[in-house]
Amino acid sequence: MIEARGLCKTFQDKKRGEVRAVDHVSFVCRSGQIYGLLGANGAGKTTTLRLLATILEPTDGTAVICGHDVVEEPGKVRSIVGFLSTATALYPRLTAQEMVEYFGRLNGLDNATIKKRVDDMFNRLDMNGFRDRRCDKLSTGMKQKTSIARTLVHDPPVMIFDEPTLGLDIMAARSIIAFIRECRDRGKTVIFSTHVMSEVEKLCDVIGIIQSGKLLAEGTLPELREKYSEHDLEEIFVKVVAPHYAQSEAV
Amino acid sequence: MSIRNIGIVYKKELTEALRDRRTLITTLVVPLLLFPLLSVGFGALVAAIIGKAQEEVPKIMIIGGEDSPSVVAGLKKLEKVNIVPLAPDWKDKIINKQVPVVIEIPTGFEKDLAAQKDVTVTIYDYSGDLKSEVARGKIEKFFDEYRDNVIKARLAAKNLPAALVKPFDVQQQNVAPPEKSGGALFFGGFIAYIVVFLCLNGGMHPASDLTAGEKERGTMETILSSPVSRAHLVLGKFLLVFTTALATAALSVISMAVSFAIANSFHAKPIQTGDSGMNFHIGFGAALSVFIMAVPLAVLFAAVLITIASFAKTNKEAQTYIMPLMFLVIIPAIAAMLPGVELTPKLALVPILNVSLLCKELVIGTYHWNYIAIIFSSTCAYAAVALFLAVKMFQRESVLFRS
Repeated sequence: MIEARGLCKTFQDKKRGEVRAVDHVSFVCRSGQIYGLLGANGAGKTTTLRLLATILEPTDGTAVICGHDVVEEPGKVRSIVGFLSTATALYPRLTAQEMVEYFGRLNGLDNATIKKRVDDMFNRLDMNGFRDRRCDKLSTGMKQKTSIARTLVHDPPVMIFDEPTLGLDIMAARSIIAFIRECRDRGKTVIFSTHVMSEVEKLCDVIGIIQSGKLLAEGTLPELREKYSEHDLEEIFVKVVAPHYAQSEAV
Repeated sequence: MSIRNIGIVYKKELTEALRDRRTLITTLVVPLLLFPLLSVGFGALVAAIIGKAQEEVPKIMIIGGEDSPSVVAGLKKLEKVNIVPLAPDWKDKIINKQVPVVIEIPTGFEKDLAAQKDVTVTIYDYSGDLKSEVARGKIEKFFDEYRDNVIKARLAAKNLPAALVKPFDVQQQNVAPPEKSGGALFFGGFIAYIVVFLCLNGGMHPASDLTAGEKERGTMETILSSPVSRAHLVLGKFLLVFTTALATAALSVISMAVSFAIANSFHAKPIQTGDSGMNFHIGFGAALSVFIMAVPLAVLFAAVLITIASFAKTNKEAQTYIMPLMFLVIIPAIAAMLPGVELTPKLALVPILNVSLLCKELVIGTYHWNYIAIIFSSTCAYAAVALFLAVKMFQRESVLFRS
């Protein structure tokens, strides 16, 4: 389970001064659920997910992941989280297998466990054809599979996906969507950020709409439809975000 | 402190480094091939050019001398000198390097000599041109001997001893061991410069590749999402940069020692002999001492390089930041080569210059143990501070996620 408690993150910008990228964000994401964080570019999605993955440290507030505090036990949190985004690239001079093994070792797995898990994932994701090929020689789809295997090697109970389909072609994006669904079906806690409405409609059990670092609305899709008297998610999103979007643009 | 995690990061970085062409070139190719070729090859080339100029038979013109047949005859008898007829445009011929020197013998030279009058022979040359200087040397030698003969004849005519004009001799005698004097001092400084320069050079590319390169390729976020702590991560990276820096320095010493040994075995007259007439060589003890001193230096360089390169967002930007450091390192390394710059208690505390000066001494087999202790410990202290800064730098979000 993920529980964000008043998460805040501010940055110092030379031109704009103090920028509040995440502003008292609180939500709960339960096991076997996909929580969709929906927001425009620069809304604070990536920063929120980086805070949960302990890549960044919150300025205020905290989050508890499977009982571990992101501020107090960042190393422990990272060992139970799988983090995947289009920004999480692969080491070009390692082979696909070496890449996955490296993250297995960093996650404290012993050699026998790593071998078993690598064989299992390479069979399941149909990666045996390129297991000894260097990552810089892989196609986009192969890289995606390797990234997935890298994320799953330690079988984390929590998965964090930051715009994982950004810039991918339809086939690669579909495989990622299928993978996220599979994670939920296996009982993992999944949080997922995007600005693609169709992905949210297809996948998410709970939706959080974020703008200017603030969580403006939250609920299941039927709950949001009822609350905002709109059927189309895009219309709901615009209704929620528009006043704040105009404000942030003015700033 | 998890040694295991540092080891995992180091092993992975080493695997990638061994597959990176640029790292292999700076770590292996440059010290093993390029520098021996440049240093030994350049020395051999200079020796060959000087030898060729000395062997060459210069064409020499004479202005006047019609009434001084014995001088002209003496010049014509000189071996390896070709007296050619005077051309009206002899000055242009010197400027165009067609004739290296022209001698002007004044009218009535021999007659005035006999009358014991003051006379002057003029040698026109191209100052700074090697061939012209070699030819001038031959002519000056001829006239020196001619002058000596005239003096001897004059003294003999008056029954005076030759010692009258040269009552005593001044002789120079070198008591320093040949391996520690003359060109050896320059040689020691040169080896120190190579070690310092290549030590830095060996760490430059890996440092920027492992920090700014990770940001550029998008792997920084990948690794930061793993359980490894940032301190362990930067220490693993630091160890790799340290390895490449030290390996480059060690290989440069080995390759220089082997190159000079091979070069000396091929030359009857050792190359770059200077005045001492000695063979340049690096003994095992000297090589080992230089290597030991290079260890804290490599730690210092690796930590400083990681600290600087961490700021950059791209490899290219990192190279731009590192470039000024290169000048900061090269200047003291060159200063150590200068004659007269010796180790003093104050200089023993100046980073880089101290190691350069010490290596210069070590190469020629001089061991000042008090300086060795000061320099080793001060460089270790500087290295520890730099490493602490590198670890701190890597823990700052503003550095890792600079936009």
